[in-house]
Order: sequence, then structure tokens, then C-alpha cells
Amino acid sequence: MSAAPALKTTPLNSIHRALGARMVDFGGWDMPVQYTGIIDEHHAVRRAVGVFDVSHMGEIEIHGPEAARLADFVTTNAVHKLKIGQAHYSGLLYQHGGFVDDILVHKVAEDHYFLCVNASNQEKDFEHIRSLNRFDARVDFAGPRYAQLAVQGPKARDTMQKLTPVALAAIRYYWFTDGEVCGAPARIARTGYTGEDGFEIYAAPAHAARIWNEVMSAGAEFGIKPCGLGARNTLRLEAGMALYGHEIDASISPLEAGLAWIVKFDKGEFVGREALLRQKEKGVTRKLAGFEMLGRGIGRDGYEVLVNGSPAGWVTSGSPSPTLNRNIGFCYLPAELARPGIATQIMIRNQPVDAVTVETPFYKRAK
Amino acid sequence: MYPDNFLYTKEHEWVLVEGDTGTIGITDHAQQSLGDIVYVDLPKVGVHVELGKSLGSVESVKAVSDIYAPLSGEVTEINKLLADAPEKLNQDPHGAAWLVKIHLSAPAEAHDLMSAAEYVAYIGAEK
Repeated sequence: MSAAPALKTTPLNSIHRALGARMVDFGGWDMPVQYTGIIDEHHAVRRAVGVFDVSHMGEIEIHGPEAARLADFVTTNAVHKLKIGQAHYSGLLYQHGGFVDDILVHKVAEDHYFLCVNASNQEKDFEHIRSLNRFDARVDFAGPRYAQLAVQGPKARDTMQKLTPVALAAIRYYWFTDGEVCGAPARIARTGYTGEDGFEIYAAPAHAARIWNEVMSAGAEFGIKPCGLGARNTLRLEAGMALYGHEIDASISPLEAGLAWIVKFDKGEFVGREALLRQKEKGVTRKLAGFEMLGRGIGRDGYEVLVNGSPAGWVTSGSPSPTLNRNIGFCYLPAELARPGIATQIMIRNQPVDAVTVETPFYKRAK
Repeated sequence: MYPDNFLYTKEHEWVLVEGDTGTIGITDHAQQSLGDIVYVDLPKVGVHVELGKSLGSVESVKAVSDIYAPLSGEVTEINKLLADAPEKLNQDPHGAAWLVKIHLSAPAEAHDLMSAAEYVAYIGAEK
């Protein structure tokens, strides 16, 4: 029989199974890929509200008088500019400028930063940050202390407001508040990975099942749906957001991935800065571009991209877009070709199929 | 759920043998695992398909999967419904969303396929 190690589970595993979710091994975690269907779940988030169990995501906490200095040293965005209660997207880089991970940094207090990191990278991230800690700061691996639910969609606020005394309208995009959800202490962040308004709720694992059930009840009048990793992927792709292991990894820099905006060169020394500066001066040779299929087919992760009949790059993610009703994706191309309107072909099962590069994000919600 | 007059493969295709004609489809279990189906690629009429070899593919939002011929023969008809309505494969995989009909060239191959009861036990054990 299989000698594979047991999959890790979230506190909501039995709920997913009871709901009839199709479960998959996602980087060592037993996670729901879908409940009723990816397209259905995707539309629920765009049109009303959906809830995702993202408890597999990792958390790392940095405490101490020099917590900000450590966080600024190991990440690309300007931590010292964050206000208490504010969060930002950032990169954790190697010295050579490639990604260890992409993360969210939350400033809880002057001496306390809370990082949300990718599930399958959390141990690596923790070791990475700890190895660079030459400051008066403490780094804690906090993944097991938190369950995380993402409630996303235009009705996310109406759903969540029934469950918390915190005035949710007052939490701005990429800000957070510590308060109570369903009577349990929780961190309520107005963040997400779908391109819709919504909240990411961090709470102790013991409260996760009750909060999930109450979110489902509170959202019932809006047609809330439990959503799996399948819809999470199609939603983030439409919104033009990167996924570690696809658009970014150890061999890719933020400048190549179209993430120059999270790199603050003027903040002083940080890991990867020299490599990125050299890259910036010389100019990057390849860049991420969005594409749309013109011919029949879906360009998927790893497929070769041709320009003028010659191999030019590769697809990092590709999927039908349920909102746009087109087949979309991201690919790497030589920098000079990574702009909208370039005719390409994608090799789909040994057949070249026409595609064209387009502006990203593919989808932007009406404000 | 799984018709008794069908035969089944380990790759989750079904075949209904009537005389020397085989009607081929994918099972309900297969469509469930695939999720929302967006493309169905089928061979042309007249093509010879061989037992265990790919005869086409089904693509869902998540991934593309081969369909393997449960029996050998020549394609006599393809289900045109699926070109415009691939989602039918999610809705009626054992009925309206059959894939192809073939003229069997080696009907004896059917002895190696599973009965409905065997297939149900097989997918039960797979879980």
C-alpha cells in the first residue's frame, strides 16, 4: 500500500466531506476542490457571496522591538509605511531575487507583524525568515493556531455583518480589525484572492466549524455557496493575481512577474535588493503576459507558447473564464513581446492554437 | 445509477454492445471527478479505434483527460450534441451524452470488461 504521509487536514475537513466536496491532495493538504461545481461556485462569488476554507494557509508572527526592521529586511514592500491595522501584499525573496513566497503582511502593533503565507511554503518561509533574523525580534510559526475563512463577493459584507459587532463598512480595503465573529476572537481583514469585495477571517481552530456554519446560515438569503480551490483558482486568475508555483517561484523575480509595485527600492537594504537592482538596470529579459485563446482550446500550465512560429515562452496558468466566457491565461514571453496585442500560438496537445496577448487583469469589478 | 446492460472499464468508460455495434460513453463517476466539462474532442467517422488507446479527450475547467476505447472498431457515428453542449456530459453521461458508436472489430474483447456490479465495487474500493 501507499507509504505516502497522511495528508494534513483543516478543522473543517468533516464538514467538507459531509457537504459532498471532492477532496484533493493540495500540497500535502486534504482540501475541497469543489462542492457543486467550479463554475457554479465561481458565479456565486461574482454575483453574491461564497465561503472558502483557507485554513491550510500559513501564519507567521514577528514580535519584538525590531519586528518592523526584520519584516522590512526579509520582504520587498515597505513595512515601515504600514499603519497599525493595515496590510499589504509583498514578496519574500532569495538573495538572487527569486521568490521564496508571496505573502500578506499585517501590522498588528508597532512590535507585532502578522504574515499570511502559502500553505505549502510555510515551513520553508519560517526557516528562511528565522535564518535572516539578526534583529531584536522573535519569529513564531503560528499556522496551527489559526483557521482561516475567506468570505468573498458583493454580499460578503451583508453576510458577515450579521455575525460581528465590528462595523465592517469602516474597514477599508487591505485594512483589518481585531474583534469578534460569532462571539469568538477573530482578526477580520478586508482582503481576498478573488477580485471581489470580501473578508478573510482568522480565528482559533476550535471555533472554525461554528463560524463556518453561522456564515453559511447568515449568507443563505443571498444564496451563499461553499467554494473550493477550483473556483478560488478561476477567480484569482480572472483578477490577474499570481499563484505561487505558477506565475512565481524561486526562478522568477517580482520584476518579471509584473510585481514591480511591491518592490520598494528606496526603503533601504532588503534580501534580493542587489539582484533586483541589477535586473532593473539591465532590463528583464522575460515578462509575464496575459493571453486569451482565439482558437478552440485552453492553454494550460506548462504548454509552450510560439511567436512567429518559434518557441517563445510557456503558459503558467490557463482556464476557462466563467465570468468572461473566454479561455484565458498567463504566460512568460520575451520582455519585448509581453504587451497586449501580440499574436501567439499555444501548443495544445501537439497542435498550435491561436491566442493573443491581452491587458490584465482580465476582470475588474465595478467599484 | 450504473445500467446493468453496460460494460465498464477501469478508466471509467462504458460501452453498450448491441449486435456488432458498441455505443461508448464515460461514466457518471468520471464526469463527477472531472467537474464542469467545457470541451469534448471526438474522432472522425471512419477512424479505427483500438482497445485501450485514446479515442479523444474530455476537458473540464480544471484539466484535460483522455478517453480510452473500451473495445476496438471503426467509428460509425459521433454525438454531435456535445460540440455545442459539452455540459450535457455532466448531466446525462449514461444517456443523451454518449460519445461515439463503433462497428466492433473484435467483439470477444468484451469479456475483459466489468459488469455494473463489478464497476460499482471497483469505484467503491478506489475511494
